[in-house]
Amino acid sequence: MANDWPLWEIFIRGQHGLSHRHVGSLHAPDAEMAVLNARDVYTRRNEGVSIWVVKSEDVTASAPSRKGPMFDPSNDKTYRHPTFFDIPDEVGSM
Amino acid sequence: MFEFLLRMGDTTLVLGHRVSEWCGHSPVLEEDIALANIALDMIGQTRMWLGLAGEVEGQGRDADALAFRRDAWDFRNLLLVERPNRDFGHTLMRQFLFDLWHHERLSDLCLSEDDRVAGIAAKCVKEADYHLERSKDLIIRLGDGSAESHQKMQAALEALWPYVGEMFSDDTLDSEMSEAGIAPLPSSQRPRFDKALNTTLALATLTRPENDFAQLGGRSGTHTEDLGHMLATMQFLQRAYPDARW
Repeated sequence: MANDWPLWEIFIRGQHGLSHRHVGSLHAPDAEMAVLNARDVYTRRNEGVSIWVVKSEDVTASAPSRKGPMFDPSNDKTYRHPTFFDIPDEVGSM
Repeated sequence: MFEFLLRMGDTTLVLGHRVSEWCGHSPVLEEDIALANIALDMIGQTRMWLGLAGEVEGQGRDADALAFRRDAWDFRNLLLVERPNRDFGHTLMRQFLFDLWHHERLSDLCLSEDDRVAGIAAKCVKEADYHLERSKDLIIRLGDGSAESHQKMQAALEALWPYVGEMFSDDTLDSEMSEAGIAPLPSSQRPRFDKALNTTLALATLTRPENDFAQLGGRSGTHTEDLGHMLATMQFLQRAYPDARW
């Protein structure tokens, strides 16, 4: 039966001010039921204040095999990682 | 007052146990978790109602003693909630009819002149609100779903319909509670229940049964055979090993 239902990706916002984070996926017949199921599966212990659901098939992902071309080049360019600046104390944490 | 609290606490206890019987057996994982959550909410509410009942009674019985050391004829729950689970449609229809009544009942009890009753109701009503949203959504989807799901939901509605009237029947205890400002008469909820019920049934393309015959007795201790079977399972451990702990 569950195989007839589409898969949904669940995003939950932990507290006000934080962004929604992916927490997992579940099956549901439609979006409204997916929100209710997500509430029951993922938020029973005060985990969240807001839920987003997205059909898994609507997610476009990068291909794992393209990891090198997609992400490696950025590591070669040290100027993209400005760790060598001294940050004045007044600035606080960045 | 003690009897009134038993009516609330026994109803949530028996339904909580019934719903828990699905744990590990639901048709899909998501429903299994949702039903277990609802069952836990019901048991949590039971602890509050029966805990207060024990206090009011003043005989040293706590919520556990009331739940596990009484026989069927001492239970004051609605007959609706002791109906067996049967298929998933029956379980959901029972839950929906109960939730619709329960949410209205708790909303009214939030205004009780007894602070303890109002306090418990205020905690429970948020859970009841969610339970109702969920069961209503499922009734609409299954009633207005496939030919088979529609037929099963209609059959469940007809089988459970004789147990709806009891939720709104008044007796002398209800009159006393109403005069004391503790709880309004159950019959005063019926128009709101009917309105909400008709709206949902229309969306679910289900037909409301016409015969309003009501089975009564649960709230005064006359139960169906099914409650005895349920209690035999539920109470076994405390009966066989009194005061067992783990």
